[in-house]
Amino acid sequence: MTMVLETIGLTKQFGGIVASNNVSLQIAKGARHALIGPNGAGKTTLINLLTGVLRPTGGRILLDGEDIGNLPPHKRVRLGIVRTFQINQLFGDLTPLETIGLAVSERRGQGLDWWRIVGSRPDLVTEAVEILERFHLTDVIDERTAVLPYGKQRLLEIAVAIACRPRVLLLDEPAAGVPEDERHEILAAVAALPDDVSVLLIEHDMDIVFSFADRISVLVNGALFVEGSPEEVASDARVKAVYLGEEAVDA
Amino acid sequence: MAPPPFAVRAATEWLSARARWHPLEIAFWLAAFAAIYLLPEQHLILTEIAWLGLFALSLDLILGYAGIISLGHAAFFGFGAYTAALLAKHEIINEPVLALLVSGFAAMALGFVTSFLVLRGSDLTRLMVTLGVALLLRELANRYGWLTGGADGLQGVTIKPVLGMFRFDMFGHTGYIYCLSVLFILFLVARRLVNSPFGLSLLSVKGNPLRASAIGISVDARLVAIYTVAAGYAGIAGALLAQTTAFASLEVFSFDRSADLLLVLIIGGAGYLYGGLIGAVIFKLMQDYLSALTPQYWPFWIGLMLVVIVLVGRDRITSWTAPIRRLAARLDWRAAARRVAAASAERHRP
Repeated sequence: MTMVLETIGLTKQFGGIVASNNVSLQIAKGARHALIGPNGAGKTTLINLLTGVLRPTGGRILLDGEDIGNLPPHKRVRLGIVRTFQINQLFGDLTPLETIGLAVSERRGQGLDWWRIVGSRPDLVTEAVEILERFHLTDVIDERTAVLPYGKQRLLEIAVAIACRPRVLLLDEPAAGVPEDERHEILAAVAALPDDVSVLLIEHDMDIVFSFADRISVLVNGALFVEGSPEEVASDARVKAVYLGEEAVDA
Repeated sequence: MAPPPFAVRAATEWLSARARWHPLEIAFWLAAFAAIYLLPEQHLILTEIAWLGLFALSLDLILGYAGIISLGHAAFFGFGAYTAALLAKHEIINEPVLALLVSGFAAMALGFVTSFLVLRGSDLTRLMVTLGVALLLRELANRYGWLTGGADGLQGVTIKPVLGMFRFDMFGHTGYIYCLSVLFILFLVARRLVNSPFGLSLLSVKGNPLRASAIGISVDARLVAIYTVAAGYAGIAGALLAQTTAFASLEVFSFDRSADLLLVLIIGGAGYLYGGLIGAVIFKLMQDYLSALTPQYWPFWIGLMLVVIVLVGRDRITSWTAPIRRLAARLDWRAAARRVAAASAERHRP
């Protein structure tokens, strides 16, 4: 199976704390890969390393075999590593239409056009509207993002990432904080992601993880603990002890 | 599954809504040009309003659209002013329009170099860094008096006629037409720029740099670009002052000038391009009127006004004019309703 994204011995230390410890992770083309682990296991650190927000202390990150460990975040996005955020990171003063239009125009390398009026490229507008329709955002297309219902903002969060046409999509708890009655819309959107996009999902909700993933990696104390198919992980005694057990205690 | 044409058309309408000319805008510029004929006695103060408005427009580009606050914008203003004055004094470039362009490019070069200082840090850091750059330039100009005239200012500057035809006069007639034309042209360029994909990306960088870089935008490069452009605008404003007064002194770099500029923009409101122009009109008229009443104490009233604006604006001083603009938008409601009706008629067409 071909690997799209691969880390080799990825390590990140903050002073004496090892947030990522020698993580070697492989994400296959078209994978539905979930990354789970207790709070503080280093999941978000790993995302930040993959997207270039943090510089690793050691190890390598390969995209299609090319080392991308030294590229700044925006260049990795251009290469197809796109993320969503656990806490919404949107443009409050822009509308969903402007947000998606912007992402599409940046992806096409037209972000520096300064003599053309926004909206003057029909193909670009068409693509933006098509993405907004797919994520059920057409009814709020011209509202300020800051005043949108939380569930809509979560959808926009994923839609923006899709507008960047990712090859690897890193979803950081897409359904976090969404009320129960709006949850199915997010989950449907996640389930309907294009097949050719490889997805790495970080999630606490085990129902979501097991209904979505075809492969699961468990992270504990910054290190990769167990990796395998959902069945293997679910039946692994160590995982139950360390992770699921703790979850049961929390609940 | 391509979206239906009416949806795309409506989206196009919405996207280009910011770029559409509002009747109030047209009225504003008609009034400005009408003043050429209607207010000939006021051309001297109108000239000052025109270059101050351009200077404030420059600050609006970085503060209102990219979120970079500056207390040292006079650095570029002063650099442009001295460049224009020196070009004329030593007869290097005699034609004012050409000299104006060269001064603008010189200020842009300075803006580009110093832009890297404002990329990092909080608003406070940026205030201090920009303030520092302006102080530095002022002292350099003071130190190299053989070039700049030092504390006495640059004397003996003669400005040749604009385009070789229009001589500057002591009533400010040529000065006003010249400054207003430059302001109008540069305003059109700025208006185009902020309504472009590049302008939208600036707003995104201002709104959320983390997300901006997560959709592939090089935040630093965009900030460098707009800071450089704004510096050029400020330099041209300074050059206009030097050319219309045939003089440049250390005062062009002064802290007061940078601080007043921030005040001008806050009076008018940042982030919609007209704030600087309206602010310049109010500021200069107040200065003129109040200083005639109380020559020494007029800043008292400016200070009072600032306090009131901040109280009215509450959360964000840069947007206290937002309610007024919303009102203006509502006046535009009929037109918008017609457009929506047209779009839905399109939808129901078989």
